[in-house]
Amino acid sequence: MTEGIPLHYFLIISTLMFFIGIYGFLTRKNLITMLMSTELILNSVNINFVAFNRYLFPDKFQGHFFSLIIIAVAAAEAAVAIAIIINIYRRFKSIDVQKVDEMKY
Amino acid sequence: MNNQLMFFIFAALILFFSVMTVVTRRILRSAVFLLFVLLATAGIYFMLSYTFLAAVQLTVYAGGIVVLIIFSILLTSHISERASMAGVLQAIFSGLVALVGAGVTIYTIYSYSFKGSGAPAATTNVKAIGNQLVSTGKDGYALPFEVISVLLLAAMIGAIVVARKEPKQD
Repeated sequence: MTEGIPLHYFLIISTLMFFIGIYGFLTRKNLITMLMSTELILNSVNINFVAFNRYLFPDKFQGHFFSLIIIAVAAAEAAVAIAIIINIYRRFKSIDVQKVDEMKY
Repeated sequence: MNNQLMFFIFAALILFFSVMTVVTRRILRSAVFLLFVLLATAGIYFMLSYTFLAAVQLTVYAGGIVVLIIFSILLTSHISERASMAGVLQAIFSGLVALVGAGVTIYTIYSYSFKGSGAPAATTNVKAIGNQLVSTGKDGYALPFEVISVLLLAAMIGAIVVARKEPKQD
């Protein structure tokens, strides 16, 4: 299914997605949108792993399993991050990173 | 030709909705745009004929994480609330960082010639994947599989403990 599409195309897509995620992480102030930018970054890395696996070593599964494990780690990370965000919201009534600047209460 | 057309459609969807995810001011819309990005990524996995990975992407990422994010948005912010963004100066510098980083990375990608092993493609059905995932022999992934299950358990317990309502202390 990949005839006529060089590997570079996949890498460029994932590069652009990665740096869009970086841009979002740097400009957003809401904790949940920063988390979404992190998900973009993780997702772009997944595309890289899978494309390398398919184009360079199609007889192996390394990139495939790396992506599976990254997806599981992303799910765990999202669950813990959202628990922390909800706790922060209860305490500070806001999830803006600039209003949550005191470490003790 | 159809392959290329499909690929460019998915690529355009990914790029457009990624940009929309990070620039839109409405948080709930941002989450929905993220969902579209994840769906298009699943489409790319289907193109690479990793159907199991695409199914996992659809169920765990698009089904699980996006629903979790939408729930937390509904719990923490008003539906019509506009997100505050960084100042103009910070946005310019962040954009510069992203552009320069992307430029350097794409230049590096194009100056390197990737050489494949040329081996015949392995079958990617669920049986082959499952056998290798729990195999302890050569190229087996039993250890990462066990580690990830312990990590998921720890994250689950951690999330429950962190988000639990504290009892009143008085």
